Amino acid sequence: MEEYVNRTQLQEFENNVINLYRDKQSPLMQILQESQKLYGCVPFEVQNLISNELNISTAKINGVVSFYSMFSLVPSGKHIIGVCTGTACHVKGAQRLVSRVEDALDTHYGETTEDGQFTLAHTRCVGDCSKGAVVMIDDKMHSKVTSDNILDILEPYRKQ
Amino acid sequence: MNRKALEKIKNDTIKLDPDLFEKKVKTHEKEIRVVLQNCDIIDPENINHYIVNNGYFGIHNAVTSMSQEDVIKEVIDSGLRGRGGGGFPTGKKWNFAYKNENETKYIICNADEGDPGAFMDRSILEKDPHSVLEGMMIAGYAIGAQTGFIYVRAEYPLAAQRLQIAIDAAREINILGENIFDSGFNFDIEIRLGAGAFVCGEETALIASIEGYRGMARNKPPYPASNGLYGKPTIINNVETLANIAQIILKGSKWFRSFGTEASPGTKVFALAGKIKNAGLIEVPMGITLGEIINDIGHGVSNKRKFKAVLTGGPSGGCLTEAHLNEKVDFDNLVALGSMMGSGGMIVLDDHDCMVDIAKFFLDFSVDESCGKCTPCREGTIQLYKILEKITNGTGTKEDLDKLYTLSKAIKRTSLCGLGLTAPNPVLSTLEYFYDEYLAHVVDKKCPSSTCKELINEYIITDDCIGCTICAKRCPVDCISGERKELHIIDQEACIKCGECFASCNFDAIITL
Ligand SMILES: Cc1cc2nc3c(=O)[nH]c(=O)nc-3n(C[C@H](O)[C@H](O)[C@H](O)COP(=O)(O)O)c2cc1C
Ligand code: SF4
Ligand code: SF4
Ligand code: SF4
Ligand code: FES
Repeated sequence: MEEYVNRTQLQEFENNVINLYRDKQSPLMQILQESQKLYGCVPFEVQNLISNELNISTAKINGVVSFYSMFSLVPSGKHIIGVCTGTACHVKGAQRLVSRVEDALDTHYGETTEDGQFTLAHTRCVGDCSKGAVVMIDDKMHSKVTSDNILDILEPYRKQ
Repeated sequence: MNRKALEKIKNDTIKLDPDLFEKKVKTHEKEIRVVLQNCDIIDPENINHYIVNNGYFGIHNAVTSMSQEDVIKEVIDSGLRGRGGGGFPTGKKWNFAYKNENETKYIICNADEGDPGAFMDRSILEKDPHSVLEGMMIAGYAIGAQTGFIYVRAEYPLAAQRLQIAIDAAREINILGENIFDSGFNFDIEIRLGAGAFVCGEETALIASIEGYRGMARNKPPYPASNGLYGKPTIINNVETLANIAQIILKGSKWFRSFGTEASPGTKVFALAGKIKNAGLIEVPMGITLGEIINDIGHGVSNKRKFKAVLTGGPSGGCLTEAHLNEKVDFDNLVALGSMMGSGGMIVLDDHDCMVDIAKFFLDFSVDESCGKCTPCREGTIQLYKILEKITNGTGTKEDLDKLYTLSKAIKRTSLCGLGLTAPNPVLSTLEYFYDEYLAHVVDKKCPSSTCKELINEYIITDDCIGCTICAKRCPVDCISGERKELHIIDQEACIKCGECFASCNFDAIITL
């Protein structure tokens, strides 16, 4: 199985994250969130480490990881594109934007491009609904996006 | 920290910035700002700004001169009902938790704001975080809790950041912590982030999530007020509910009742979005009519389109139509009309929006978000979705409409938590008010609003075209030709029926066959 987090990183994770939360009440979610933030995923090697350190079964940990859509087992692309498909953006043509992005990047909603540059992430409402359609790229929010400007907005991210 | 010190901060801050509250936020004359009173005026990262507008005087008055019963009575008398959707009387709920004797109790602020298309709570958290903290403290004092959690959805990192800054600042001047205002009352607040599960807005699922489990709902009773977080009495309130509390304590229940209606006192924040000209956040007294919101404040639908419906209550709600524009917007009336208040999202639709497509959209959401614990919701929503898919792709029959109805009723009867109990509402509500549109899909195999792609054979440009060239620029396969200011034409062979041109024409020049 491919490993995404190496031994040194695991050791760091234990020192800096697990030890920080170890004695807190119900630390699991917060530890998983740290892993997702640091490595872009919560792979099995991290789950095993948490299991050993906190004495929680891997079955339970994996159950939690698979339940929440924010946690993933494999890292996402370099840039995460979230075309909002919440209700407000849906009626502002989000579906057509998704098609445009899928065509332009040759990928599908929810998937990562082959070169690992982009993940077209499932996104339901980022809370800027009156300025739909909204597209999040990494941490940057783009509002009033239309089919006219979506490709221009993507362009700079293709190279970085 | 004591009253004198609080007064001093207030006065010193005003001296520094005398114009702070002279700033006017542009609002419509029908709007009243209670919950949003500080938003876009104060610096949310500056606790002193919050104090200027009598911030933290509410908790001060509560712990120094009111008993727990006094506080609960004031909130009961105010008639405040939960803004998270259900509209349960807040004071009454607090009283249950107060009466449940236990050394440990919890307050949870539900900041999961799951309705996709709504952003009231996000705005309050980002623009006036202290108002939520103060509400939680007063709730904590009232029921006898010492710890509060704020469960913030992961999509709102800025809200979480501002809350943390606010918590740190309040701790710094000992407004949060031990022996608050020398009253012996201790209270502290921690933030917990969600991880992208809509069902975690449901209170028992939210509790499971904080406890580090899969966010699955459980049967009620027991209610969290008796058996909540870690088995302790727990009060869960919505962000907007809590943001009302300090002002009720400060200005009194009578003042609060001067807004709104007898059964739904106070104001409500709505997020106007979709096909409306003046989109954005508004705060209005309960009981205002739907028409006043849509037409007076929202300026009606955009461009030359016709108003068709407004969606309230998100995936749990329904639609209201032109016939309802004179109806009052309050908790009970919206339920009577087959929709619900929900958390305050209002998505406006025009005549280009297909109601069957909207129902399908919501069911797709519910299928995705069902936690899978009980069969009616897990399997039933999938079946509903499949039937709606058939109808929108042209293979639906009249019998399917009956099936939609019976299956919806069954899911509503037998699901375990609020998600399943309400997931069929968008279907039932659109069936009730737009049955003709369903019929057009299954009998004539037409989508009257030109939305459902499988039911469209051709996009055609009519003589109404003024040659603005917008559609030609939008077409992804470049199959529209025509000179500027001249009639454009679509090459039907090359057209991939994406609908871009139809959506882009501002002159109603494109029709579908
Ligand atoms: C599926 C589902 C999702 C919910 N999502 C939210 C939410 O995002 N925010 C919220 O405040 N309440 C939500 N609720 C309602 C809560 O369960 C709870 O009733 C509410 O937070 C109580 O607070 P209130 O009395 O102040 O309204 C949801 C309920 C259900 C069934
Ligand atoms: S109704 Fe749906 S979300 Fe609620 S418990 Fe059942 S399966 Fe889970
Ligand atoms: S957008 Fe409408 S008016 Fe403009 S060129 Fe196209 S069809 Fe003609
Ligand atoms: S439907 Fe799409 S492909 Fe066909 S003409 Fe219009 S924009 Fe071009
Ligand atoms: S629906 Fe897209 S930002 Fe809310």
